[in-house]
Amino acid sequence: MAVVSASQAWAALEIQVTGGAANRIPVALISFQSPENRPDPELTAIIGADLLRSGQISLVNTAGSQQPGEPSQIDYGVWRGKNADAIVIGRVDSLPDGRLEVQFRLMDVVKQTQLAGLSFTVGRGQWRAAAHKIADVIYEKLTGMPGVFSSRIAYINKRGKRFELMVSDADGHNPQTVVRSGEPLISPSFSPDGGRIAYVSFEDKKPVVYVQSLRDGSRRAVAAFKGSNSAPAWSPDGTRLAVTLTRDSGSQIYLIRADGSSLARLTNSGAIDTEPVWSPDGQSIYFTSDRGGSPQIYRVSVNGGEARRVTFDGSYNVSPDVSPDGKYLTYIQRESGRFQVALHELSNGQVRTLTDSAHDESPSFAPNGQLVLYATLHGGRGVLGTVSLDGRTRARLTESGSDTREPAWGP
Amino acid sequence: MKRVLLPALALVLLSGCETLGLGDDKTAAIEDRNAQQAKKPGGGTAPSSGTTSGRGVETSGLGGSGINGQPLDGKSLDAAGKDSRKDPASPLYKRSVYFDYDSFVVKDEYRTMLEAHAGFLNARRNARVIVQGNADERGSREYNLALGQKRAEAVRKTFAVMGVAEEQLEAISFGEEKPRSVGSSEQDFAENRRADIVYSDE
Repeated sequence: MAVVSASQAWAALEIQVTGGAANRIPVALISFQSPENRPDPELTAIIGADLLRSGQISLVNTAGSQQPGEPSQIDYGVWRGKNADAIVIGRVDSLPDGRLEVQFRLMDVVKQTQLAGLSFTVGRGQWRAAAHKIADVIYEKLTGMPGVFSSRIAYINKRGKRFELMVSDADGHNPQTVVRSGEPLISPSFSPDGGRIAYVSFEDKKPVVYVQSLRDGSRRAVAAFKGSNSAPAWSPDGTRLAVTLTRDSGSQIYLIRADGSSLARLTNSGAIDTEPVWSPDGQSIYFTSDRGGSPQIYRVSVNGGEARRVTFDGSYNVSPDVSPDGKYLTYIQRESGRFQVALHELSNGQVRTLTDSAHDESPSFAPNGQLVLYATLHGGRGVLGTVSLDGRTRARLTESGSDTREPAWGP
Repeated sequence: MKRVLLPALALVLLSGCETLGLGDDKTAAIEDRNAQQAKKPGGGTAPSSGTTSGRGVETSGLGGSGINGQPLDGKSLDAAGKDSRKDPASPLYKRSVYFDYDSFVVKDEYRTMLEAHAGFLNARRNARVIVQGNADERGSREYNLALGQKRAEAVRKTFAVMGVAEEQLEAISFGEEKPRSVGSSEQDFAENRRADIVYSDE
């Protein structure tokens, strides 16, 4: 299968689309007429990269064709001839107060009607946010599913011997440091409302679970028991965490309120039980256990009881995440010494490998379940990537300048 | 271009502005306010659960270890007045237990060394040891944390069998996060499949 590197023009982002354009909605994205002092890059570059990354939309080549800025200027015949289903037009104007007015319309090429239109005023610092908002509207109108381009992700950067917990836009831009430490940080996890973040810090010379407000930066050690404390996972209602503790015996899973109260042990095995994650209905926990001799994914009720094994293929299946609709698991599967992102359909047990790299870690579903964010190695350094559920569209989010790992997708 | 917006679009417009407004909030809000506080020297003990940690994570570049004074009560000294843990000729000088691939069994070759530490601890009930488990870098970080914990637990249990009191021991794991050997060869991996014995007064 040929690998086509599509649209290298989209900034630092590298998007690889494998295979044909089947199942992708073709869109003509016309460059917005903008004032000379607009921020870089141009709005449509950000919008286009978002749409391409989804794996569900393809971009029609607009070079050399008419560049309409108003609906009345659109020659629909031209765009039907290019097999575009929809066309996006818009413009940006400078306001006297320095802000920018952005207008855009999404037009149906066949019906010649408007599917969506939006006009808003933004500060220069909201340039990328405006582009993500437009991409979300286009994506939702065309696919019927909510967009995720305005959501945020968290990850850990390692710079020399220093560790940073970062929160950025879903495309890796606008990174902001939330925690800095001279000791390792791992396992960030957004609360369901995105207002708090749980993570594991080694600043106390051992792993301790913290919950931190993203609003004011205040934080609390919610699990700092004797032994190791790790792997925080939020309940869907945001009131509790599942964590891995070693206070009673080896690594076992416990439930604890997000303020650190009401500790209750969930699993009771003589084996390793770790990496808990909640099902969307809050009724069960998926986790990694080596109770069968090799690490596999299991499922247990939040009320305890017998755990059921979920994965059977291969000898190493770890780091599960559940899709928002509860129908899929993604996890890391080792196959012939390669660690790759797998997609597991729970209704029929079918497993598909989504990546062809060898050192993948920490897969995390997008809020709409249509992309998986993961960490991998590129040129010997950790980078973040996204992959579509059909495995055909992969994007690299961060450049190989810093060592990046442990991504988590937030709301 | 005329701005003709349907009422429905105006609604979208409103929510659009709100979402964008969060951009400013984000910039202002995301700042760990503990980050600028000085790190408490020697913050090696576990804080009790459910309390706000007053410890900053990040500080100036003093390396974080600080000056950690210890009482000179003489309890660590042997009959000759020396701390034999610092004597390269003593079995107490040795601190690392290595494990085979995918194994969590403490090998016989470490018996003499562990017995020496157990004897030291049994003679000084105030002495505390943290057993730090480690793992090689392959695979999941959290699963490797659990593998390192399993190695630390193996050493802790050996100490327990040798009569060391439970409150003198804590088994924790660094997983793959603090490798002694940073390469990716089999030799590097073997170096990192390890548990270290660390005294809390050191």
